[in-house]
Amino acid sequence: MNPEAIKSKEIMQGSAAIAETIKAIAPGVIAVYPITPQTHILEHLARLVADGQLKSKYITVESEFSAASVIFGAASAGVRSYTASASQGLLLMTEVIFNMAGTRLPAVITAVNRSLSPPINIQVDHQDTMTLRDSGIIQIYVESIQEAVDTHIQIFKIAEDREVLLPAMVCMDGWILSHAYEPVTLWRDEAVQEFLPPFDPVFQVDPKNPLTYGALTDDDKITEFKYMVHDALIRSKEKIKKVAGEFRDAFGNYYGDVIEKTYTEDAELILIAMGSMAGTIKAALEKLRAQGKRVGLIKIRSFRPFPDQELRTALAGAKAAVVLDRSFSCSSGGILGGEIKACLYGQGGPQVINYALGIGGREIYPETVLEIVNQSERLVESGKIPPETIFYNLNRELL
Amino acid sequence: MKLNLGGVTEAGRSKQNRTGNWRYFLPVVDQKRCNGCGTCELFCPDSAIEINNKLCLINTFYCKGCGICARECPRSAITMQVERGVAV
Repeated sequence: MNPEAIKSKEIMQGSAAIAETIKAIAPGVIAVYPITPQTHILEHLARLVADGQLKSKYITVESEFSAASVIFGAASAGVRSYTASASQGLLLMTEVIFNMAGTRLPAVITAVNRSLSPPINIQVDHQDTMTLRDSGIIQIYVESIQEAVDTHIQIFKIAEDREVLLPAMVCMDGWILSHAYEPVTLWRDEAVQEFLPPFDPVFQVDPKNPLTYGALTDDDKITEFKYMVHDALIRSKEKIKKVAGEFRDAFGNYYGDVIEKTYTEDAELILIAMGSMAGTIKAALEKLRAQGKRVGLIKIRSFRPFPDQELRTALAGAKAAVVLDRSFSCSSGGILGGEIKACLYGQGGPQVINYALGIGGREIYPETVLEIVNQSERLVESGKIPPETIFYNLNRELL
Repeated sequence: MKLNLGGVTEAGRSKQNRTGNWRYFLPVVDQKRCNGCGTCELFCPDSAIEINNKLCLINTFYCKGCGICARECPRSAITMQVERGVAV
């Protein structure tokens, strides 16, 4: 850690740490609509604005559709903009998010992951953000409050880069990260602003120089426009790596680039996960390693852009990959599991075992991980790995 | 011509949008039957017909081939001809 960049070290709630970080980043516009478990972030920012500590334009709106539209408008005017949401709120933003990605407007959304209704449930899973995966938005999933803080600073730089210019999302698990208290290092405003240059837009709405946004495009050019978004998202992978390195140089913290590997070099079985459950898995790995078991973990930080090449390389020596999905696509199964199978198909990599678990806040303990590793070892030995997703601890008595 | 980032263009360029590209059927005027009454000009939803010296002129840059002119012509002087591949 770079001691000169440190503002404070204290035990604080995740939401407060994010709000204090947004203060240091100082977006010109913050769009505000409350939804559990995200509300604490925007409430904390309201206090900072009311106290005169933050000069952002704080715009309260009547729905998440409007919140996303406000940051779209602000970004088109060349202003750095920010909002936060969760669950159904993110779904209501979906139309605008596709629009922002297609129009190549960068803005940042904190997605505090929460299950989707019905039935109503306010606990964590990844179904909300995973449902936005095809939009063109950058999605980075974080493991701890400190990683959430540091990733917010990085992600503005990635999204606003002229070679990227896409909306971006930091996905942090509801409650486990948003409401828990952890020791957090906050960074001095000057250090953050030195790291993060001002947003320099390519286009800017200006009455003196009228522009058309969202013009009609026929079939002779539409594939090419869509391809440009696809291509920009792929190219953003190198920016994520570069900015993670720059952040390490400036502040001292590093969490991997698009993926983070733990004990993977000699591992026969590699678990793959996103978000806070990576921390739980790391605790379980210590026990497994003490027993001499060759098990490792790949934490996916960047789900979009998808780290396909990086996964193929990291998984090359393993017998089996065990993908732990906190969401699923109805009738198809685990979303991450399906994408990892697709990226390995025909490449001679490991077999893939896919679990769906932790839905709607169903707790994932280190013991859960140990049991999944045991089950997976038995499946590999038996040679009977099911092609479909295994719903971990599904209570069939209730069905 | 390279595509603009995000499809952002200078304003006021919708006149340059060749909506004639959407057309599957082309209206063809039999000038012997046409007496230049102007009914088609009034009905055309795209203002793509002009009567000049009693002559009916179709602007193929904008005409989308809807066929309203052919339907409304009191002398049946306009026929819609297949212009590009249509499964019949």
